[in-house]
Amino acid sequence: MAIAHDEDGVMSTGDRLIYMANQIARNLASEGTERSIEMVADHIRSFWDPAMRRRIVELAHSRPETFSAIASAAIERVAAA
Amino acid sequence: MGFTRETDHGTPPAIATGNNVTLTIDGEQVTLPEGTSIMRAASLTGTAIPKLCATDNIESFGSCRLCLVEVEGRNGYPASCTTPIAEGMVVRTQTGRLKQLRRGVMELYISDHPLDCLTCAANGDCELQDQAGAVGLRDVRYGYDGATNMGQAKDQSNPYFDFDPSKCIVCSRCVRACDEVQGTFALTIEGMGFGSKVAASQDDAFLSSECVSCGACVQACPTASLIEKKVVETGTPDRAVVTTCAYCGVGCTFRAEMRGEELVRMVPWKDGKANRGHSCVKGRFAWGYAQHQDRILNPMIRASVTEPWREVSWGEAIAHTASEFRRIQAQYGTRAVGGITSSRCTNEETFLVQKLIRQGFGNNNVDTCARVCHSPTGYGLKTTFGTSAGTQDFDSVMHADVILVIGANPTDAHPVFGSRMKKRLRQGAKLIVVDPRQIDLVKSPHVEAEHHLPLRPGTNVAVLTAMAHVVVTEKLYDDAFIRTRCDWDEFQDWGDFVSEPARSPEAIEPLTGVPAADLRAAARLYATGGNAAIYYGLGVTEHSQGSSTVMAIANLAMATGNIGREGVGVNPLRGQNNVQGACDMGSFPHEFSGYRHVSDTATREMFESAWGVTLDHEPGLRIPNMLDAATDGTFKALFIQGEDILQSDPNTHHVAAGLAAMECVVVQDLFLNETANYGHVFLPGSTFLEKDGTFTNAERRIQRVRRVMAPLNGHADWEIVQLVANAMGLGWSYAHPSEIMDEIAALTPTFAGVHYDRLDAEGSLQWPANDAAPDGTPTMHIDGFVRGKGKFVVTDYVPTDEKTGPRFPLLLTTGRILSHYNVGAQTRRTANTAWHPEDRLEIHPTDAENRGIKDGDWVSLRSRAGETTLRALITERVAPGVVYTTFHHPDTQANVITTDYSDWATNCPEYKVTAVQVGLSNGPSDWQEDYADHARRSRRIVPVEAAE
Repeated sequence: MAIAHDEDGVMSTGDRLIYMANQIARNLASEGTERSIEMVADHIRSFWDPAMRRRIVELAHSRPETFSAIASAAIERVAAA
Repeated sequence: MGFTRETDHGTPPAIATGNNVTLTIDGEQVTLPEGTSIMRAASLTGTAIPKLCATDNIESFGSCRLCLVEVEGRNGYPASCTTPIAEGMVVRTQTGRLKQLRRGVMELYISDHPLDCLTCAANGDCELQDQAGAVGLRDVRYGYDGATNMGQAKDQSNPYFDFDPSKCIVCSRCVRACDEVQGTFALTIEGMGFGSKVAASQDDAFLSSECVSCGACVQACPTASLIEKKVVETGTPDRAVVTTCAYCGVGCTFRAEMRGEELVRMVPWKDGKANRGHSCVKGRFAWGYAQHQDRILNPMIRASVTEPWREVSWGEAIAHTASEFRRIQAQYGTRAVGGITSSRCTNEETFLVQKLIRQGFGNNNVDTCARVCHSPTGYGLKTTFGTSAGTQDFDSVMHADVILVIGANPTDAHPVFGSRMKKRLRQGAKLIVVDPRQIDLVKSPHVEAEHHLPLRPGTNVAVLTAMAHVVVTEKLYDDAFIRTRCDWDEFQDWGDFVSEPARSPEAIEPLTGVPAADLRAAARLYATGGNAAIYYGLGVTEHSQGSSTVMAIANLAMATGNIGREGVGVNPLRGQNNVQGACDMGSFPHEFSGYRHVSDTATREMFESAWGVTLDHEPGLRIPNMLDAATDGTFKALFIQGEDILQSDPNTHHVAAGLAAMECVVVQDLFLNETANYGHVFLPGSTFLEKDGTFTNAERRIQRVRRVMAPLNGHADWEIVQLVANAMGLGWSYAHPSEIMDEIAALTPTFAGVHYDRLDAEGSLQWPANDAAPDGTPTMHIDGFVRGKGKFVVTDYVPTDEKTGPRFPLLLTTGRILSHYNVGAQTRRTANTAWHPEDRLEIHPTDAENRGIKDGDWVSLRSRAGETTLRALITERVAPGVVYTTFHHPDTQANVITTDYSDWATNCPEYKVTAVQVGLSNGPSDWQEDYADHARRSRRIVPVEAAE
């Protein structure tokens, strides 16, 4: 390439997906735990493409400590669907 | 259409009272609305009373004395423009005495006017000339030897029009147009009596004055005193075609006035329902890019972005494109490719691009520029109201008593609507501005905000929730509206949430910076001041809580009953000309046209039946997801029509990395834009002047775009997409965009009644337009919300993760300026650069002084994402701690600075909040130097060899 593509400061795709799942969960948390879990799961099912969903399910298994409780529970429901 | 002038009735329509009066004009009995002027009444019944100082888009003035009439039973000769009709009135417009008087008046005008009609640029298009003929002037008895105002120097400073004071008749039409229509008050009549003359600002040159070059004065001028340079250069037009502007979401309609195949001028169309005969500097004058030398007219391909472009035939370019997409899908999978539709292209073209992707590529990897602007509007308004669009037409603002502007700068970004809003404010409506910057609306001539809440960037949700706190705790809500129209249980849940003390104005003041008393006062005004309307822009959506902010706005409107009638509502001011349309047409990866999810079986089956293929039921990738997948190696080809994501999307480094990782990037555009520097195929695009179609503006108004000249590149954009589709074996056979619209109507319930014959007959239609609303829908949710009951959504304030700190202590927010549009690809190729030749960094004097920065110094602007350099503009428009810039110039690349943070629901980038540091600089950043070198080499072209 003619130009360096400095990717410093850019999250990896995996980190970004984790960030996105947690961000959705944080913004829906005020709905109460059970309702927010379902809303997060529904959001991911409605707006994420299948590869992103597969990836977030894998990440939830491989890096569970990086997910909030709501995000983690929601992804379990996505995986079960 | 041949060339005929629009009819000018002399004075505006009367303000409707519902009462009519009957009178007699020249022996004919007529009945017209009370308040109509005699001049207008006569015009409406076919009698053109001579006039000079009157024109029907400004109030009557009564100064030229040419329009005198006789009224039975009244003394003297009243001016017909300032005299309203009355019951039983008997008017005579043509009598011997009137002829004598008018001829005498005209004689005085002509005695101080050059008699150079044959060489005058306005010859044949001059009201003074016409009226001299109309009154039968044959001689000037006074001679021309005395003192005159002729021979004065012209002001040719404005790049688009000249001012020749010698030809001015001091009718004040230009001054009044600037005041009443544009609302800038840049012009005045200086001096007295014989020495009276038009002056801009303090007798400055037009270019350096406060004039915003909207063209209202030029349009109003009855002589050649204010005249377009293009008319001087080309001559007067001989035909006119009504079409729709390709800048901004206001959707102004214009008469494209032509001389043969050459565009002479764009004149705002008085019957245009979006602009009502007004324009801004972009639509009125900045169309020269259409024939700019930078336009690429031949298709080009290359194997690698390090190679020069190679010009090829259309056939080779199309075949290569189709073959590359098929090759890549065979190698990497069906979902390894996608496309981006253009909000600058027509509905029909956008529909075809998403159809190409869904039908031809077999996936839903389609997205559009709304991803980076109003995708939160789509999400937020669909969730709360049930439909992804604004609720009002623009005329509605004239019925508002309170106007709340949040995160929008209408006088710069939506100037024609901004002028309408200012007109309403001058009539007495109250204004609340919620914005970190002191935008012009906060205080400008004859307009001053009642409240300006200068919140810290990123705290919109906290401020709006605190306003809701005041509404609920002070019981200012509309109980009856909520009980009838909304879900009462959800309202109670929401009411409990916003009422918590932690959400009071006092509690949030430390984090928002908004004084609690001001916020309380603003909330009370919004809730109790009568019809209250909210207008918002990208300062709402381009945040990590963009969707929450839209829903918080909707909550506030529902709680106060400000939905479902004129003068109220929730009004997103859309950025690009057809961003509403692009969203409507199914440009999002989860939705078909009409906002129906791809997983909806019934909808999908309808499209499958029409298109003869099985469609993917899974949502596709959004633009940032596509770029992530590209850097991961799973997304390999992208078809981009009319967007420049390298310049417009956040974190330029990451966009560049994503594009560079793809094997085939197809760019369909007018110019070799920044994205094309990473392109493998370039398909030359056509301008809005060169094709037929429709645009849909911010008020859901669908309007015709009409071809006024042949496409220089040989094809309209919809034809190019059809060529690609057919090379992929899809068998499309559209002969005209009207056939595409027929397909849209057949497949999209909200567009079911939209066909070209109706658009041509009606001028425009606002969707939904179907059997339930045959004439369209100017105001939404009148009897009920589209979703049934309005939904209150709890919007908890979640601070952004983009934090200031010792390394990056300032907050950068970005925006637009009047003279430029989006990435500037069009406006930078016009004389609009006279006003804004470069992006500048606005910085508060305190922050500048702390860094030793003087006005005009080159400064470095650094964030966690990148660094660029630009010159500083020291101003108190920004608060201490906040800096601001525009993103119109690729040399600056403001998006090198912006980050990957985005809206939680839609991934709309958080352009409005980036932690930065600013310091003095000696020159361009490494990125700027590297990129300039890459861009230069990437734009090399090997011309096609001429056949022997």
